[in-house]
Amino acid sequence: MNQINIIMTGVGGQGIVKAGQIIGRAVTSFGLNAVMSEIHGMSQRGGIVGVDLRIGNVYGPIIPNGVADLLIGFEAAETVRALNRIGKNTTILMSTEKIFPVSVSLGDFSYPDTDEIGLRLKERGTRLYMIDAPRLAVEAGNFQSTNVVLVGAAYSAGFIPVPLSALKEAVKEVFHERSWESNLRSLELGIEEFKILQSERHEAVAAQTN
Amino acid sequence: MGDYDFIISDVAEEENRKHFLLGNEAVARGVVEAGVGVATTYPGTPSSEVGDVLSEIAKKTGFYFEDSANEIVALEVAAAAAMSGVRAFVFMKHVGLNVASDALMSTSYLGTKAGLVIMTADDPSMFSSQNEQDNRYYAEIARLPLVEPSNPQEAKDFLIYAYDLSETIGGPVLLRTTTRVSHMRASVTFGARHAISPKGAFKKDPSNLVILPATAYRKKGELLKRFARLAEMAENSKLNRVERRDGGGDIGIISSGAAYNSVMDVAESYNLKLDILKLGFSNPLPEKLVATFLKEHEGTIVVEELDPILEGKLRTLAQLHAIPSLIHGKMDGYLPYSYEYNPDIVANAFSRILGFAFKEKTNGDLQINEKLPARPPVLCPGCPHRATVYAMELVSKQLGLKNVIYSTDIGCYSLGVQKPYNEGDYLLCMGSSVGTAAGFSKSTDQCVIAFIGDSTFFHAGMPGVVNAVHNGHKFLLIVMDNRTTAMTGNQPNPGVPMNGMHEESPEVSIEELVKAAGVKFVRTIDPNDLRNAMQTLKEALRFDGISAIISKSECALLRDDSKKRNGEPIIPYEVNQEKCTLCMNCIRSFSCPAFYFEGKQVKIDSALCDGCGVCSQPLVCGPRAIEVKR
Repeated sequence: MNQINIIMTGVGGQGIVKAGQIIGRAVTSFGLNAVMSEIHGMSQRGGIVGVDLRIGNVYGPIIPNGVADLLIGFEAAETVRALNRIGKNTTILMSTEKIFPVSVSLGDFSYPDTDEIGLRLKERGTRLYMIDAPRLAVEAGNFQSTNVVLVGAAYSAGFIPVPLSALKEAVKEVFHERSWESNLRSLELGIEEFKILQSERHEAVAAQTN
Repeated sequence: MGDYDFIISDVAEEENRKHFLLGNEAVARGVVEAGVGVATTYPGTPSSEVGDVLSEIAKKTGFYFEDSANEIVALEVAAAAAMSGVRAFVFMKHVGLNVASDALMSTSYLGTKAGLVIMTADDPSMFSSQNEQDNRYYAEIARLPLVEPSNPQEAKDFLIYAYDLSETIGGPVLLRTTTRVSHMRASVTFGARHAISPKGAFKKDPSNLVILPATAYRKKGELLKRFARLAEMAENSKLNRVERRDGGGDIGIISSGAAYNSVMDVAESYNLKLDILKLGFSNPLPEKLVATFLKEHEGTIVVEELDPILEGKLRTLAQLHAIPSLIHGKMDGYLPYSYEYNPDIVANAFSRILGFAFKEKTNGDLQINEKLPARPPVLCPGCPHRATVYAMELVSKQLGLKNVIYSTDIGCYSLGVQKPYNEGDYLLCMGSSVGTAAGFSKSTDQCVIAFIGDSTFFHAGMPGVVNAVHNGHKFLLIVMDNRTTAMTGNQPNPGVPMNGMHEESPEVSIEELVKAAGVKFVRTIDPNDLRNAMQTLKEALRFDGISAIISKSECALLRDDSKKRNGEPIIPYEVNQEKCTLCMNCIRSFSCPAFYFEGKQVKIDSALCDGCGVCSQPLVCGPRAIEVKR
């Protein structure tokens, strides 16, 4: 693999840009090339935030359609929205966190049944992992660290090709010392959670083929 | 220790360390390495982060930085500094250069002593702008040298190059980024720092520096000579280089800026044998270099974002020199005239010209047909603008106003255009609400209300007020004074007691300015007190003539930040379900994003609620069901 392409999407305030910075710093400090693009349009909270992160032999920060290796969805409906950009073989890490936009509160739209969509995608054989990132972040003692949980899961899934020490170092670089402990814990919980989800998936796939 | 202390490190400490930097952060490092003594801006996306870094490091580094009142003032301050022998940098978003364009033309004519670099951050695809104008045209119209970096490392390196170029030719240089360069993160290696001379001395030379017609007449001739000299320099510039992939083929590519990255990604993915001429110093066009390149290839594809500026020049050049090679680009329909490019767009064009198969990859059968909820940016929880537009909506209903025209302006309050407020009818540009309100008041019999933010008022709103008083226009001006320049990331403005150097500074009073202009009805309100705010709005609407209300309350993000810094808790509100009558006014009319409806109950997300309490007032919640969370 001479490239790893990661699409991250979610809602303003979820720490998506920071997650990209952690991965980007980790891989570049390890000597790999990486480029990242962040689009947050108007800076208010509540809008969609998208980050494209590319590792390896790449120039521009925009990931072409269909070539992403990994989609990290920080918010459930936004994960679904980003599906049109991914490819047949893209792995999906989908946080189960739901953030209702005002258009839903106003009754103009209904929030999609993302759990059901997730199940449907899994049934079709998509490598989709639904992660309760908010629960793990709270467990780590920092409800705002869902982004680091997801970085941990992405690492565990093999999309961040550096030693864990480099990733931990990057976490320390982007956060204040007072939150190092909870963020490093979040990273570990994300790593562990992915392993559990992966073994569950293996069992499910095995059950289907038997 | 500040977050950006590493930006000012000496290269000796670096030991070839690489930093994963935003293009704009790399520009800020370039400012330090170039030894810039004076840097100015008016904040605007996608250029704002340059100022956020400079503001933090200016004092300890020993240069001067200011958030100017607007872009033309920023350019004037920088031009005078450069004319005094101090290296100066001024940066802005693309439309900011429209505001600064009057001064831009003259600085080009008069030249400069120390280096003067002007950065424009263009926004193809309009991620956060009112248009996607191609500011490379300013290099044409002002006959300025233009450098176009493609990534953060180049953004820094080209800036330093631009200073040397500016001083070699004695004129300003335009540096153009786009969103995907300014907001691209990549590895950046630092270089050595040039000493800073924050003070120079101005040498009088009125026959060359006061642009009266006779001077301008002479200076135009000098400018043309300078431009011819620049053209020679562009021929041999290290910023213009030919890359031959696998010995090259019959097809050449000419590209610049962010488009170059897509060219390279496509060349790699499809393993294309191409020669690529990358133009980093693209105006004046290095004609000999380009003509030779055209002659070497049967066909040349020009890949540039937005307008076909290079392509037009190439076609002219080919005609002048009778070069028979084919030129492809936008004009023959292969590449689009609008929006940013990406590898798919470029691969599609190349496949049609070069004759290889291109099929955009898809997600196969992953198609999900669910209709997804729209998620436009919204006013934050606790935003004082919401209180103002809500109060205005209630007043409008109570007075039975019909067909109110809301002239709005550029800032967070532009979002008042959205449902359920619908308070935005016409918006052109920074400061336009005041002038357009005047026009509506003369040409219609409708009630006219103008919204303008504090920063925007200082930027370009004041002349409109003077104009309205003098010419007898009748409308209500509401200054949405949230004590900051919020939209671009909370930079200071002349109305707040701090400047870009993080020094205490005098607050310029909007109320006094408006009074001094001759507005007879001027009141300041706290919009969070809905009852009193509405009363004052009603009085203002009854006033015969221009009336002004300064709706003054700090931005919720600033308020939350200062609470966090001071260790004060943010105490959220909650809905008392026993009192709630499900009238839904809080959601449908007040529409704070902290509210949501779940399990047939209205609830408040306590992680989002900023505790402003405006929703707890009976004018929002009649049954008074919204209470401080216990």
